[in-house]
Amino acid sequence: MAQRVLMKGNEAIAEAAIRAGCRHYFGYPITPQTEIAAYMAKKMPKIGGVFLQAESEIASINMVYGAAATGCRVMTSSSSPGISLKSEGLSYIAGSDIPALVVNVQRGGPGLGGIQPSQSDYFQATKGGGHGDYRMIVLAPASVQEMASLTIKGFNLADKYLMTSMILADGTIGQMMEPISFEEAEVETYEKPWALTGTEGKRKHNIVNSLYLQPDALEKKNFERYERYKIVEENEPMWEEYMMEDAEICVVAFGIASRVAKNAVVAARNEGIKVGLIRPITLWPFPKKALRAAADKCKSFISVELSMGQMIEDIQLATECLRPVTLCNRAGGMIPSPDQVLESIRKAQKGE
Amino acid sequence: MNHKRLTLFAGHYGSGKTNIAVNYALHLAGEGKPVVIADLDIVNPYFRTKDSAAVLEKAGVALISPQYANSNVDLPALPAESYRLVQDKSIYGIMDIGGDDRGAYALGRYVPAIKEENNYRMVFVANASRPLTRTPEEALEVMREIEAACGLRFTDIINNTNLASETTAQTVLDSLPYIEELSRLSGLPIFATTAVTAVAEMLEGKIPEVLPLQLQEKYFDLPSQKPMSRPLWG
Repeated sequence: MAQRVLMKGNEAIAEAAIRAGCRHYFGYPITPQTEIAAYMAKKMPKIGGVFLQAESEIASINMVYGAAATGCRVMTSSSSPGISLKSEGLSYIAGSDIPALVVNVQRGGPGLGGIQPSQSDYFQATKGGGHGDYRMIVLAPASVQEMASLTIKGFNLADKYLMTSMILADGTIGQMMEPISFEEAEVETYEKPWALTGTEGKRKHNIVNSLYLQPDALEKKNFERYERYKIVEENEPMWEEYMMEDAEICVVAFGIASRVAKNAVVAARNEGIKVGLIRPITLWPFPKKALRAAADKCKSFISVELSMGQMIEDIQLATECLRPVTLCNRAGGMIPSPDQVLESIRKAQKGE
Repeated sequence: MNHKRLTLFAGHYGSGKTNIAVNYALHLAGEGKPVVIADLDIVNPYFRTKDSAAVLEKAGVALISPQYANSNVDLPALPAESYRLVQDKSIYGIMDIGGDDRGAYALGRYVPAIKEENNYRMVFVANASRPLTRTPEEALEVMREIEAACGLRFTDIINNTNLASETTAQTVLDSLPYIEELSRLSGLPIFATTAVTAVAEMLEGKIPEVLPLQLQEKYFDLPSQKPMSRPLWG
């Protein structure tokens, strides 16, 4: 077994990115993700990488765009308001079909909001955020170990599908500390014949661009892109099932909410309630098949979220509205307690 | 364990300063001493001394915390009241200094008074399991950065090597060469070695000066990783 180290979630992302071959980090500081930049600032100069604090979030995402066009592994990180600023760049990167990794350690919103943990950027991450038809692969870690493993996975998927992978974490997972290990990282490498690496006069030049002068050409590009997205939806959904074998009630929660929900599921089981948990690990592609299968055997669903209820809509779609879905939530930087989730489970048991 | 009137805990972020400061305050209060603990952390937005307000109050420890701690105001401001620690010589003062050199700048404000009284212990908190201080040399580098930022030299080292819920007696025993080397490089004595209560019991007699720690139960602990010590508060 690899040696265990005690890390903050934010540090784990930074170290994992380095192990995944990322040598280019561009960012702008914002709480509660600052340790990612701090770690990169300390490490990158020692390993021949680039750490650059840009003049703004908009500048940093465009630096990511530029570096990604050359085919290197590149990332940026921010928290909610900063991701809004980066959204234009995310759309351009999607429109250019190049890979990048973007981290959102969410805080309460909307607006300047606050600095306490939140999951209210679910819509922004999974439904777009920027303009135009596009998707990002959205990975939702629920532990410091997953902050590391999903970062490496995110780089691999981005390269494989020529998309942005977003790590959608929250302030608590960013700040909390857990022992983790870096097993032999499964870093995959992909040929990048599209990259702007200099022709040396030996090949036709490549173009990375999101501007199309002819609408029919732009339409064709959109259709091609969505064919690729279909493959991602087919092959890449990830989720965890917890005590679902005989479950009659299904709690659905991701990230930090899933940890609270797990404690509530254990408490409810102790009361004899047959309840289980499905934890989406990829939020896009959403694990639709797992939810649809659960709808055949469970009588109701509970969505536990640190938002006013965003993932709940995807649960309703995935379950084709066959079963009632209730919401158990806190917002604005507050976190549901295991007792609050337990109470929702008891109510579901009574059919309320 | 002999005690100075002022005890300052500083170190790399995430090294365990706050847990130690709180537990040391409770330890002093347990000896019947009048204790005031001040949270001088201007860096960390989460997991503050203030999280332990209830247990500190119960033990009769006065807590001085930034007005905006645990709120949405990300403002590096310290309360005027924190000056009490250097002015009121009738109390035992404990200072929890924020992470790294950036956090230690705040301490500079109090250094002239601390030096003048000269009855303090400034303790470097070391955890060999933290990735940016894995070697004694790296820890020494952080130590020097903090000293340069606040203008005060460390006087002691505390060994807080742990792996959170996975800490065993072996984790601590394995860290002894690391901490002894850091002691040799810095020329500073090892003030104590910490461990959660259950592990501390196993270390009795094997290591001098073990400071047992009671850890705070957190809402996000998984069913499998509740703290091994009985939680003081939760």
